[in-house]
Amino acid sequence: MMSDYSENQGRCEFPLTVNGKLETVRVYPMERLLDVLRHELGLTGAKEGCGEGECGSCSVLMDGRLVNSCLIPALQAAGANLTTIEGLADGPQLSALQAAFLECGGAQCGICTPGMILASCHLLNKKPNPTLDDIREGLSGNLCRCTGYMQIFDAVAKAARLRNPA
Amino acid sequence: MRSDPADYQLIAPGRLQTVVSLLNEEPGKWLPIAGGTDVMVQYAAGKLFSKKLMSIWNLPELQGIEISPDEIRIGAGCTYTELREHDAISQEFPLLASAARWTGGIANQNRGTLGGNIVNASPAADSLPALLAYDAELILVSVRGERRVPYPGFHTGYKKMQLAPDELIQAICLPRSFSGHLHYARKVGARNAQAISKVCVAALGRLRGVAAEGATTGSEIEDIRIAVGSVAPVPIRLTEVEQMLKGKSIDPGLVQLARKMASAAIEPIDDIRSTAKYRSAVTGNLVAEFIEQLGQPSIEKIA
Repeated sequence: MMSDYSENQGRCEFPLTVNGKLETVRVYPMERLLDVLRHELGLTGAKEGCGEGECGSCSVLMDGRLVNSCLIPALQAAGANLTTIEGLADGPQLSALQAAFLECGGAQCGICTPGMILASCHLLNKKPNPTLDDIREGLSGNLCRCTGYMQIFDAVAKAARLRNPA
Repeated sequence: MRSDPADYQLIAPGRLQTVVSLLNEEPGKWLPIAGGTDVMVQYAAGKLFSKKLMSIWNLPELQGIEISPDEIRIGAGCTYTELREHDAISQEFPLLASAARWTGGIANQNRGTLGGNIVNASPAADSLPALLAYDAELILVSVRGERRVPYPGFHTGYKKMQLAPDELIQAICLPRSFSGHLHYARKVGARNAQAISKVCVAALGRLRGVAAEGATTGSEIEDIRIAVGSVAPVPIRLTEVEQMLKGKSIDPGLVQLARKMASAAIEPIDDIRSTAKYRSAVTGNLVAEFIEQLGQPSIEKIA
C-alpha cells in the first residue's frame, strides 16, 4: 500500500468503495474518515457529535462492521467497502429501517439518526430477530438527546418484524 | 485544538518484520496504531505527541486465536468483538469475555484491540483485571526476537510498562487451568453501557476437592485470585485478602472479614468518576459478594 516512508508524506491516493460505487480519494493519511466522507465525497449524512467515539453519530459500516468514522484514519480505510446512510434507500424507496424510524417517531432533530440507523442495520445483519436487550446493547454506543430512545427501539423491533415476518 | 492531518505521517507497512525494523531504527519515534479507539481520541484533542504513526491494524501476525492443550493464544490485534464472540474464551475465560462486552459500544468493540488496551494502560481498563486473575503471559516481539513475560508485573506504574521502545505486543496467552473455578466479574460504572469503570473486579475461586458443579458448601478455599481495576495506578491483586482466605471455610464471619480487608487494602483516589470512599466501600462489597457466591456453588456463574 505504501512504499515511501519519507518525512514529508503529503497526501496519498487510494480507492474506496462507498455505497457500491468505486471512488478514488487523495487525502492526508491521518485525515479522519468522517472528514473524507463529508468533505471529499460530499456525503454529509454521517455527523460529527463528540469527535471521540462516544456518541456514535458518525457511525458507518466498514467492510460490514459498525465503526465510528471519526476514529478511523483515512489510510486504514484504503480499499474498504463502506456503507453510509446515503446508501440504504433504493432511490425514493426507503429501507425497512428508515421507514420504521419515520413511522415510529424514531427521529427528531436528526443528528443521531444516521448513526442509529447504521447501528441498527449492523445489529439486524448479525441478529435478525433481536430481543429488546439485544437492541439496547446494539445501540448502546449511539446517543440521542431528543427521543428518550423508546421510539428508536420500537422502530428497530418493527423493522426486524417487517424483514422477518413470523 | 484539533490536530492538522498535514502535520502527521501514517504508514501501513503490512508486515510484522517491517514494523519491528522501523521501530528499531528509530526507537520511540513511531507510535503504533491499531483500531485507533484511544490514539484517535488523543489526535482529535490535539494531544498526540508522536507525529509518526504506523498502522498495525489487520497486521496478519497479530491476528487470530489459537487453542492448544495448555493455553489459548490471543493475537494482540484481536478486537473485543472477536473476544466476546469466541466460544472457548466465553466458556473458559468468561472474565475476559465480560470485559470485552463492557468496553465501549459496539463500534468501539469492533475496533478496539486487546493489545491496544494493554499498552494504553488506563487504570480503568476493564480487560486488565481479567488478565491479572488468569495469570496471562505476553509475547513481546522486536528485531531481537520474541520474549515471553508474565502480565502480572508488566504494568509498573501509571502508564508505565516493561515494554522496550522498539517492542510490540504480539500475543496474549492464557493458561487453560481454570475450568473448575468460579469466575466472578463485576463492573460498576455510571451507566450500564460504555461507561468507564469506577471499580472493576475480576475474581476466581475454587474450593478444595470439588468441581464447579455439584459442590457442597463448607469446603475450604483452595485457590483464590481477586483482581481489581480503577482503584490504583495499575490493576492490582488483593494478595493479603487472598492469603487470609486461603484454606478457610466460608461462613458469614469470613465474608465480613474479607469485605473489611478488601476495603482497607486499596488506596483509591477521588476523580471525575468517583470518590475514594465509594470505591473502597464498593470493592469490599464486591469481594464479599464473590466470597458468598463461592460458598454457594449452586449459584450460576455470573461472569
